[in-house]
Amino acid sequence: MRSLFRFHGGVKPATNKAASTTEPIVKAPLPGRLVVPLHQSIGGTPCPLVRAGQRVLKGELIGAADGNVSSAVHAPTSGLVKAVEPALMAHPSGLTMLSVIIEPDGEDRWAELERLNYRSTPPDELRDFVRDAGIVGLGGAVFPTHLKMNPGRESRTRTLVLNGAECEPYITCDDMLMRERAAGIVKGTAILRHLLQADEVLIGIEDNKPEAAAAMRAAVQAEGESMEVVAIPTRYPAGGAKQLIRVLTGIEVPHGRRSTDFGVQCFNVGTAYAVFEALTCGHPLISRIVTVAGNVDRPRNYEVLVGTPMSDVVRLSGQRADTNRYLMGGPMMGMRMPGFDVPVVKATNCILVASDALFPPPPPEQACIRCGECARACPADLQPFELYWFSRAKNFGKAQEYHLFDCIECGCCAYVCPSHIPLVDYYRFSKSEIWARERDKSASDQARERFEFRNFRQEREKEEKAARLAAKAAETRAKLATEPAVDCAAMAPAADAAEDPKKALIAAALARAKAQRAAIQPKNTDNLSAETQAEIEQIDARRRTTGSASAALAPAEADPSAPDTQP
Amino acid sequence: MLPALIVMTGIAIVLGAALGYAAIRFKVEGDPLVEKIDAILPQTQCGQCGYPGCKPYAEAIAQGAAEINQCPPGGEEGIRKLADLLGREFKPLSEEHGVEKPKSVAIIDEQTCIGCTLCIQACPVDAIVGAAKQMHTVVDKLCTGCELCVAPCPVDCITMTPIPETVENWKWKYPVVEIRRVA
Repeated sequence: MRSLFRFHGGVKPATNKAASTTEPIVKAPLPGRLVVPLHQSIGGTPCPLVRAGQRVLKGELIGAADGNVSSAVHAPTSGLVKAVEPALMAHPSGLTMLSVIIEPDGEDRWAELERLNYRSTPPDELRDFVRDAGIVGLGGAVFPTHLKMNPGRESRTRTLVLNGAECEPYITCDDMLMRERAAGIVKGTAILRHLLQADEVLIGIEDNKPEAAAAMRAAVQAEGESMEVVAIPTRYPAGGAKQLIRVLTGIEVPHGRRSTDFGVQCFNVGTAYAVFEALTCGHPLISRIVTVAGNVDRPRNYEVLVGTPMSDVVRLSGQRADTNRYLMGGPMMGMRMPGFDVPVVKATNCILVASDALFPPPPPEQACIRCGECARACPADLQPFELYWFSRAKNFGKAQEYHLFDCIECGCCAYVCPSHIPLVDYYRFSKSEIWARERDKSASDQARERFEFRNFRQEREKEEKAARLAAKAAETRAKLATEPAVDCAAMAPAADAAEDPKKALIAAALARAKAQRAAIQPKNTDNLSAETQAEIEQIDARRRTTGSASAALAPAEADPSAPDTQP
Repeated sequence: MLPALIVMTGIAIVLGAALGYAAIRFKVEGDPLVEKIDAILPQTQCGQCGYPGCKPYAEAIAQGAAEINQCPPGGEEGIRKLADLLGREFKPLSEEHGVEKPKSVAIIDEQTCIGCTLCIQACPVDAIVGAAKQMHTVVDKLCTGCELCVAPCPVDCITMTPIPETVENWKWKYPVVEIRRVA
């Protein structure tokens, strides 16, 4: 018997899981319209590969991963692409997001499927295959799985933890998956283990799911794998990655580090099953198990195509009349959906149908009395009341000093708070404000850099221009100095040239112009009529008399061999 | 008397030498306060403060030549941060320098653009690409929203558009306590 460890805090809410585990998983029927959002994982938004009016087959790539931190998106069924446009997203903001809207043709015809033998494929190719199969963490965080498949450079992966704890009330999708498809999960885990070269595999399942644990044990034995199924005490949030690692291995992952630094990697059971489906059957991630629970007549688990409107799935379970909202996720961490027809996405583990009778609105928030109950309940060893004060005062720097980003938003603190303070709302507010500030900061740093470079460039251009002009002037001077043969150079006063190179240049230019003028002979001087000849002589005579004064100033003009050509 | 004087002088010389050495050894290049102020300013380089860029304004604040409330893009929060840093009193944004607006980016109407390059020369962060007699466009990720390109455009084809809210930049709202009527 393995000795288990405890994580700090945690709560024990009523699990409410029994109702949805009485019936097996059933495939939800094809909806009339599928809305597949392109952004379904953490990281870059995939770029659409299809256009309106195009036919797609089931499993065809419709959005290619944008960069390494991103994951591909596929058509959930065969049909016609009606539009590629922003549509309401399963996100608490109620904003739209670029989505591919597909009208199913009912044939549900698969595209050509590519399978892969993981034993004979290099790890890099395997990771790319997983990325292009659109596999993301199905526990709810939707972190691209291929990024977690690196063994890690510094420390080898010693332990692979498979997360089947499923601690949140109402949610039973992993429980049912383990009961019904244990063999697939074990095969998928074997693939992940092969990639990570892990020494041991621990499958953590809460002890309120004995059927799932038994099914997994049987599957491990049937597959002949050396994996250990460990039943862990039921306590929320034992299914948090850090908490589960703590319980199974005793390793407490410190602030700012990752579990891989300590040789532990953790995957959800649903993710392992998706990896198995992708490699062995060639099926990309286009459907998932979704629990429908809460205010419905027959709570149950369905296998739902990504993009199916939530209301279509809930209708199968018989939605009660007083329903007023859907939550995606459980009652502790779930997010309120902006509408009833938002699509099921890869992150949708549960659609919790809510009414005011089932989940009454919380009593009014009262002042914090500093009882410290939240700190006793916090599974991340934080001081929630301090974080609350700082978030409330918008003192974000201080909140970060108290490790706000180690908060997993599990909701234990708000659950135990006697003043009914919506603590997690404050933390979410703080986190998104800090992210926005960080974005602004990096943008302004970039702007500063670009502004400084622009100033530097303008200075440089100015200097380059000055240098170019100086070089040209120097060239002219050098040319003049090496051409003494030009008669004008002799005419220019040599003393001046020595004194002032500029004056010399001007004098030289004047002299050159004069020499040019002298070289030109007056045209049309032949065959002149007697009258014209007489006129010219008259003009010349006048010039000689009036020009005598100027002739003294410009001796060259008095030269009889250079008659003035200008009239 | 004399030994006391000698001792005092000796101490003065030793300490003076130590201080002189420290002044050279630990000399700080530039003004660290200017750097700190510059880090708070939004780096739009818009010149609305009356200085040619954020750095000159930071220098003016550090020298005490400028008020801290002359930066409209920084807004009230920026003024508060400057007031905290400098230990000065908070002042509301000075109206003569402009008003706080939502963050925007410049958008060039490409049908109207004649390719005069005037906006390219005006852009302080080189966020506009184009060439003479070729269409210009703004790289929106680099645009700081300074509006300096709007005035030089001879055909008025540049408009400032507020940045829309998307799922990526959406923020959780500050929790509001609802006051309910008690019957």
